[in-house]
Amino acid sequence: MTHGPLFLCFVFLAASVLVVPIAKRLGLGSVLGYLLAGVAIGPSVLGIVGHEGKEIMHFAEFGVVMMLFLVGLELRPALLYQLRRPILGFGGLQVLLTTLVVAAASLALGLPWKTAIAVGTILSMSSTAIVLQTLNEKSLLKTPGGQAAFSVLLFQDIAVIPILAVFPLLAVGDAVSEGAKGGRPGWLQGLLVLGAVGGVVLAGRFLVRPIFRFIAETRLREIFTASALLLVIGVALLMQSVNLSPALGTFVAGVVLADSEYRHELESDIEPFKGLLLGVFFVSVGAQIDFPFIATRPVVVGALVVVVVAAKLGVIYAVARGLGLDRSARWLTAFALAQVGEFAFVLLAFAGQVHVLPPDLAKLLVAVVALSMAATPGLFIVLERLVLPRVTTGEKRPHDEVTHDGNEVIFAGHGRFGQIVGRMLRANGVGTTVLDLDPEMVDVLRRLGMKVYYGDASRPELLATAGMADAKLFILAIDDKEATNKIAELVRHTYPKVKILARARDRVHYYELKKIGVHGAFRETYGSSIELGIEAFRMLGARARTAHTMAQKFREHDSRAIDKLADLWGTMDQDAYFSEVKRVTGEAERLMREEAGGPVSRDGAWDDESLRKAARDASDDAEEPTAPEE
Amino acid sequence: MKVLVLFAHPVLERSRVNAVLVDAIRDLPGVTLRDLYEEYPTFAIDVAREKTLLSAHDVIVFQHPFYWYSTPAILKEWQDLVLEHGWAYGENGTALHGKITFNAVTTGGPASAYQRGGYNRFTMRELLAPYDQTANLCGMRYLPPFCVHASLLLDDERDVMPHARAYRRLLAAFVADNIDVARAANLDTLNPVVDDLPEDDGPGWGRE
Repeated sequence: MTHGPLFLCFVFLAASVLVVPIAKRLGLGSVLGYLLAGVAIGPSVLGIVGHEGKEIMHFAEFGVVMMLFLVGLELRPALLYQLRRPILGFGGLQVLLTTLVVAAASLALGLPWKTAIAVGTILSMSSTAIVLQTLNEKSLLKTPGGQAAFSVLLFQDIAVIPILAVFPLLAVGDAVSEGAKGGRPGWLQGLLVLGAVGGVVLAGRFLVRPIFRFIAETRLREIFTASALLLVIGVALLMQSVNLSPALGTFVAGVVLADSEYRHELESDIEPFKGLLLGVFFVSVGAQIDFPFIATRPVVVGALVVVVVAAKLGVIYAVARGLGLDRSARWLTAFALAQVGEFAFVLLAFAGQVHVLPPDLAKLLVAVVALSMAATPGLFIVLERLVLPRVTTGEKRPHDEVTHDGNEVIFAGHGRFGQIVGRMLRANGVGTTVLDLDPEMVDVLRRLGMKVYYGDASRPELLATAGMADAKLFILAIDDKEATNKIAELVRHTYPKVKILARARDRVHYYELKKIGVHGAFRETYGSSIELGIEAFRMLGARARTAHTMAQKFREHDSRAIDKLADLWGTMDQDAYFSEVKRVTGEAERLMREEAGGPVSRDGAWDDESLRKAARDASDDAEEPTAPEE
Repeated sequence: MKVLVLFAHPVLERSRVNAVLVDAIRDLPGVTLRDLYEEYPTFAIDVAREKTLLSAHDVIVFQHPFYWYSTPAILKEWQDLVLEHGWAYGENGTALHGKITFNAVTTGGPASAYQRGGYNRFTMRELLAPYDQTANLCGMRYLPPFCVHASLLLDDERDVMPHARAYRRLLAAFVADNIDVARAANLDTLNPVVDDLPEDDGPGWGRE
């Protein structure tokens, strides 16, 4: 089937627009959505896109190049230098060990050793496109695990160059090597590479800025966009001409420009192109999956996918552990990088050209690679729903041995809320026993010299050993609403004599806590909002005392209103409740306005019209005024 | 001499007299103005800071409207917290010894009200006896009050201005050490002292 380019565009866009939002809604992430869209239009399902898919994929690979340019823009050289250890250490070990493990398995399956090494190298690659897109979408890129994954991907991108150079040497039989060096002698190649990279760096430093300034001064938005694209494409072409990875070249260009004042403009110009092209890339990967081929040997393909993904996951986890990443970062990195990446397609194609792999094996591996990529969103779901919750609630970290310190106050939660309360109490000599479930927080607090127990306050035996029976006060300052309610109920029930003060996330949570019967509930942002309000009055020219008085009045009326509403909450439907909220808060505000004009706000200032009138009358009658006063 | 004015008015934005008096001395060299309600809207007085300020000045003026024959609440709180035993009075309590202190007061009633047999039955000095004795206990020299009487009859800034100018001249004279303290101590109010002052208190303040 051949179609015009406009029709292809239509199909790709229509499939994406239909499938991606649904996938996103279902919590599957956009990458899986694109892949599914690709499967749908591919030869196996609707058959709208046939072999063009492959060409489109080559074109769309440029999305990866753009993505690395953007990644480079985010990375100042100083930051990159900081990452040198994870890039070389983690990345290097990952590629080396994965290659060895996979090669060993391939050898065991009876492949010749050269082929085995080629397969190992190909499968050691992970998908920069999928992983960075997914991590970004989930805001995980800046976490330690995300940074580690990024470092590994960066190393892989760089490693593609020497791999391309070595592959021809792995050729089986007497095939002619016509590989990466393109017939140039080694020294010339080396010189060209150095020249190209040096040229990019120098141009980025000294040439690009004045040029962009000149273009920016024309105030023609589209010309700026065009020059941004020109820059990326130009660098990519230059790199290709010296047999370097275009992605690596644009990455370098991005890093060089990370310090420039045009960084944000470049980002926002390239971003939409990158997004679209990556989408197209994922769609074409989906369309490439050869289901009829898989259908002929489903068990082999399926088993290979599982084994490859498991092997990669295991190797990465082991390396991450060996390098001392913390638990959640280890799992994140391992799950994120477990698929085989798009560079594998490039390497597979190249390996075919230089006769490193027999065509049948290459076809099998293409299917495995594509399926492993398609499995990534599923892996992320497993990671987020099954692995991370367990890791972060610390199934692995044993609860600390809590001792009965005889303190009168017990804290559950010592994050940004509880800490302030705790500091205030301890500064005044109140003894506190602190339980917290965030391992990082516990470590930080301990480093600050605080005695904090790592433990889950919802476990009755832990509360008992912490000395609840003898405590006077339980301060519940964790940020999880459901857990707060659960613990509050537990403590109310088991230790009726202990007073509970609880942090409420919001108004509704406040109602819930009141219903449970805590002795005080505090909306977590309420106090600071009031304080900001006081400062606002002052900046508008009010006297400090007047501002405080107004805030105090507001507090009184609001707390009366909220307690009225707390009684109503849950006794009526939403609409009736909201009209009640409107009525009660309106009432409170009306009362406040009345008071502002009434005697209360005069507040000890004797300078009152009635008093002045009396004074005038008295003085007219040459008598004495009738009251004390100014 | 250095003058510290401890000023208390709970709702200065509604004030017609004290606001003008305070403006009159705000920029006077040698005078430190402390707006207590603005500094401590919640009455959380920083005792150490207040003590440092007291030590650094020679004349302590309590400026305030006369509420129920006394000061607004914050000045009482200020006294209760700042004038510590062992510092302001009692054994080793000599920090304030020799300093001069007086009240600068606005009253609603006219001067004639503050007399034996008058509407308020007592003189200003008598009503301010707690301040007198506080100063005495702290080893300070207590002077009679500077008074702006009949403030309820002062209709606008023009009416207040002469009082404001007098107040400024008085404080300037303290800074210049031009006050005959021994003579002033025996008066009923400090107001006659101002009349005796020469007119030359530098570039005069006034907005007319």
